[in-house]
Amino acid sequence: MSFFVDSVIMFTSQVLFFGFGWLFFMRQLFKDYEVRQYVVQVVFSITFAFSCTMFELIIFEILGVLSSTSRYFHWKLNLYVILLVLIFVVPFYIGYFVVSNIRLLHRQRLLFSCVVWFTFMYFFWKLGDPFPILSPKHGILSIEQLISRVGVIGVTLMALLSGFGAVNCPYTYMSYFLRNVTDSDILALERRLLQTMDMIVSKKKRIAMVRRQMYQRGEEQNKQTGFWGMIKSVTSSTSGSENLSLIQQEVDALEELSRQLFLETVDLQATKERIEYSKTFQGKYFNFLGYFFSIYCVWKIFMATINIVFDRVGKTDPVTRGIEITVNYLGIQFDVKFWSQHISFILVGIIIVTSIRGLLITLTKFFYAISSSKSSNVIVLVLAQIMVRHNIKSRQKTTALF
Amino acid sequence: MASLDRVKVLVLGDSGVGKSSLVHLLCQNQVLGNPSWTVGCSVDVRVHDYKEGTPEEKTYYTELWDVGGSVGSASSVKSTRAVFYNSVNGIILVHDLTNKKSSQNLYRWSLEALSKDSSPTGIIVSNGDYDREQFAENSVPLLLIGTKFDQIPENKRNDVLTRTAFLSEDFNAEEINLDCTNPRYLAAGSSNAVKLSRFFDKVIEKRYFTRDSSQMQSFTDRRRFNFKSLHSD
Repeated sequence: MSFFVDSVIMFTSQVLFFGFGWLFFMRQLFKDYEVRQYVVQVVFSITFAFSCTMFELIIFEILGVLSSTSRYFHWKLNLYVILLVLIFVVPFYIGYFVVSNIRLLHRQRLLFSCVVWFTFMYFFWKLGDPFPILSPKHGILSIEQLISRVGVIGVTLMALLSGFGAVNCPYTYMSYFLRNVTDSDILALERRLLQTMDMIVSKKKRIAMVRRQMYQRGEEQNKQTGFWGMIKSVTSSTSGSENLSLIQQEVDALEELSRQLFLETVDLQATKERIEYSKTFQGKYFNFLGYFFSIYCVWKIFMATINIVFDRVGKTDPVTRGIEITVNYLGIQFDVKFWSQHISFILVGIIIVTSIRGLLITLTKFFYAISSSKSSNVIVLVLAQIMVRHNIKSRQKTTALF
Repeated sequence: MASLDRVKVLVLGDSGVGKSSLVHLLCQNQVLGNPSWTVGCSVDVRVHDYKEGTPEEKTYYTELWDVGGSVGSASSVKSTRAVFYNSVNGIILVHDLTNKKSSQNLYRWSLEALSKDSSPTGIIVSNGDYDREQFAENSVPLLLIGTKFDQIPENKRNDVLTRTAFLSEDFNAEEINLDCTNPRYLAAGSSNAVKLSRFFDKVIEKRYFTRDSSQMQSFTDRRRFNFKSLHSD
């Protein structure tokens, strides 16, 4: 009976997470595009739902909610489903969509996507070789093999992401790094941009006029084909076409210049907006936070370097250590064990929530930066992969914490 | 050569709908072989014969300014794009027939372009909400072009065409549906080519031939301010 009730609870929460993932997909990721293959949306939402369910199970484990047999059952179920999706479904669909974008292989899409999937599986398997995963207890086709490989990739990814975050965070938050940009700078740059555009326009007008005259004179023979055509074009090129190629080169150079100017102007505008934002109350608050974060990040980088150089392994987790220090220095009497358990739990909760939120925000930014309507499917599936690996890794970390 | 008069036409639309291919087709009568992302703005020039075939025929340079980017860009990109919207004489709105979102975004695109180009008659743009009457009395000629027509399967064609008919009614503009990789759609004498010609003629007329007429300026709509400044440019 209780098993049934627990299953109902788990199922409802899964459906909730599924709906949330679906909404996120529609409102944020695919804001400017039309969803044509619903399978992508479904896979993304399923992945999201199961990842969140895993976190939920951990929290239930800590709190002692639901009977342990049903928890164990759901845990196993979740794990199997996620591994199935991660290793079979998502890479196959990534391969499929990548292959469909390439025109040549369009006919035999399925075949080539299977080929891609097999290559992926081969490399995935090879990944586990340098690590001591294979042990006589487990055998070769067991689930531990898969989890450990996923774990390896997950750890690397998380390390990369957090390293990136550690360096990027001070730069984004602190206003110390902002150059001083005035309105007149921007105006001057915009004027240059418009002048360049005018020059491009006048050169293109000349090209258009010359081509029109050539066309009217019946000289539209720029494309001389064949051997004799090549010889003829060497000796008797009309002045029109010579001028044309010269002007065309100038136009190309000017266009490149206009692109650079445009990008610079965008950059200056963005800096100006950041300066304005930093003057507001919110901006000042974030700037303040930024200093703390930066110090924390620098300390993290420093400790990581020392750990690698001196081959140390960190022993106690930061929270217990912090509480120990507090107790020793301040002489406050309280039950360390009891409180550390609860504080760690709260901290874990915050870490989980902000990591999911931070992850989703970073993914969205990344997605906007590189997407176009062709590659959007592929990118979303890759994001789903990253998200799951990140979640599995976080789960391992939090279980290690306890 | 530079003595010909010029008009400036903006080509707006979402990323990837085919604006660069379209502009290339219109100006050079050739299909663009390797389209790539447009960073900033790319301009091309088309030599257009105003009132072709009549004794008043005159040649004009039509500059087609193809502005890249998406509606949801950061505000820094939007404010930089705004420098291209000055003194615009006509707007071509491009959308992808296979992607409904791109047609919906056209409202935002036109608002972005038109609100920057506030003429002295003082059109009040109401906070980003689409207002149909605004477009009915808008003085900048619009043209609606739907691309990737060949990628729509036969059975869906009617739905798509009904949808675009609504769109062109909303914008009070003509519409053309074509495929940018096939010059056949704009072959001389086809209805598409005629519509295109008419659009450019209208743009040139608005720019050069209606400055003297005063009936464009006196509207009694309560939303407009009635400025007496007719010599505006």
